[in-house]
Amino acid sequence: MVERRPLLTLLAHGVMILGVLIVAFPIYLAFVASTHTASEIMQAPMPILPGSHLWESYQAALMGTGAASSSAPVARMIWVSFVITFIITFGKISISLLSAFAIVFFRFPLRQLCFWAVFVTLMLPVEVRIGPTYQVVADLGMINTYAGLSVPLIASATATFLFRQFFMSVPDELTEAARMDGASPMRFFIDILLPLSKTSIAALFVIQFIYGWNQYLWPLIAATSEDMYPVVIGIKRMIGGGETPVEWNVLMATAILAMLPPGIVVVLMQKWFVKGLVDTEK
Amino acid sequence: MEKRVWFRSTWLPWFLLAPQLLVVGVFFFWPAGQALVQSLQQQDAFGSSITWVGLENFRALWKDSTYLESFKTTLVFSLLVTSLGLSIALLLAVFADRIRYGATFYKTVLILPYAVAPVVTGLLWSFMFSTSTGIVTYWLKHLGVHWNHLLNGNDAMALVVMAAVWKQISYNFLFFLAGLTSIPKSLLEAAAIDGARPWRRFWTIQLPLLSPTLFFLMVINMVYAFFDTFAIIDSTTQGGPGKDTATLVYRVYFDGFRGMDFGGAAAQSVVLMAIVIGLTVVQFRFIEKKVNY
Repeated sequence: MVERRPLLTLLAHGVMILGVLIVAFPIYLAFVASTHTASEIMQAPMPILPGSHLWESYQAALMGTGAASSSAPVARMIWVSFVITFIITFGKISISLLSAFAIVFFRFPLRQLCFWAVFVTLMLPVEVRIGPTYQVVADLGMINTYAGLSVPLIASATATFLFRQFFMSVPDELTEAARMDGASPMRFFIDILLPLSKTSIAALFVIQFIYGWNQYLWPLIAATSEDMYPVVIGIKRMIGGGETPVEWNVLMATAILAMLPPGIVVVLMQKWFVKGLVDTEK
Repeated sequence: MEKRVWFRSTWLPWFLLAPQLLVVGVFFFWPAGQALVQSLQQQDAFGSSITWVGLENFRALWKDSTYLESFKTTLVFSLLVTSLGLSIALLLAVFADRIRYGATFYKTVLILPYAVAPVVTGLLWSFMFSTSTGIVTYWLKHLGVHWNHLLNGNDAMALVVMAAVWKQISYNFLFFLAGLTSIPKSLLEAAAIDGARPWRRFWTIQLPLLSPTLFFLMVINMVYAFFDTFAIIDSTTQGGPGKDTATLVYRVYFDGFRGMDFGGAAAQSVVLMAIVIGLTVVQFRFIEKKVNY
């Protein structure tokens, strides 16, 4: 702060509190809805304070025992989401570490071409090439498999690009010293490069975790059987086509459950998250 | 920039690159190539016969007035999302920059929407604004506003924009805050000593120095509004009423997977690819500039 201006500081707090209230309100309301019965929510206006039916809603959601629902148990969906997210996160981080290592620390013919081949993928989000990707995955018989739901999303270069930038900043002296001591490339990679990359890996973990967990369009078409739905798709199916009345309490309990894992990751790993966000987009 | 020291091996780099090249080849280049080929073909509904039609799919798009309409929808939508999202986030960031106590708390709440899945975002907002049970709808009614995003195209657009902006605020806020903290304090202090008040310092020092961040965020937000809002639209309005909130990406999905018009959808994909590449080129021009900045 440059100078003391109590009034301006007060205004700043006022604006921030207003912003925080507006931003938090939708989430709060979802929580409130998940603690009431379906009929309590249907009255206008719906209650604005938490009710006493928290346990029932969450149990109904997790076990898939809602009265009108054809819904699968959310516990299963959360499991599917976790598996997919971890394949995407670890798959992306490991293949990008390896390929960035190859591109930065080796000289070989077609190196530039390889780099550009990977780099071009930054440009086209999966949404754009969704149809043909579906056909490729269907041809490979990977619809409704964990691999089919996750591997196509690994085909993007954000992580490779971040690690490349980071490896470029590793001083040459380290490489030189390692070579002089007779370390093989892989030993250098494991004993020197990986420990140095810890922060970047943590940052990328947060970003990729959220990316993977929140994927929507791809699982929407690549997961057609109910026991392969990630929780995000499960929510969409519960909103349904309008034939059965929506059980808002169960639906909102599911929404809260779906928000928890990425929410926890973001809040607990806030420092790395901010770093990862600012670094990947540079 | 190149490394001075490197390792020698003929097979190891290829071995290391193999997984990435394989994934990129199978799930990126193959589908992208297919999209290009399919955009020149016409397929019947069962996929049994394929004919080459040249640029016919593109010509059909050009003649399809609803497609041109979605172009306009997308443009309006992304301009609204970008301008609202950036100004709200900038306001919050400028004030957050002044605050010493409680800043972590504010920041933690403000980054939460980033963690919320787009489809859940859509759900939360359509719940608040639900025509029968929504609490905001109820409040609005008392203010004399009859909200109905199922019938009124403008209401629907407003709902989608609000949800999309809400989701993107965290991102914009963090970037603005990072930009603001990197402005040297000495500049602001010097201006303060010369008698410039906070309002003036914002316009003459902070905003100009933020302009690279601002421009970067503009491009990112355009891309976001174009491509990453599919789930929000699908879970709030499903492109309706009519096609009032059907953006280009929504059309690709809708025409391809609901309408089974693969050729037309592929042509739409190609148009989208061209737009992304255009935006990326703009972004790169800008990054080069930023380096010299």
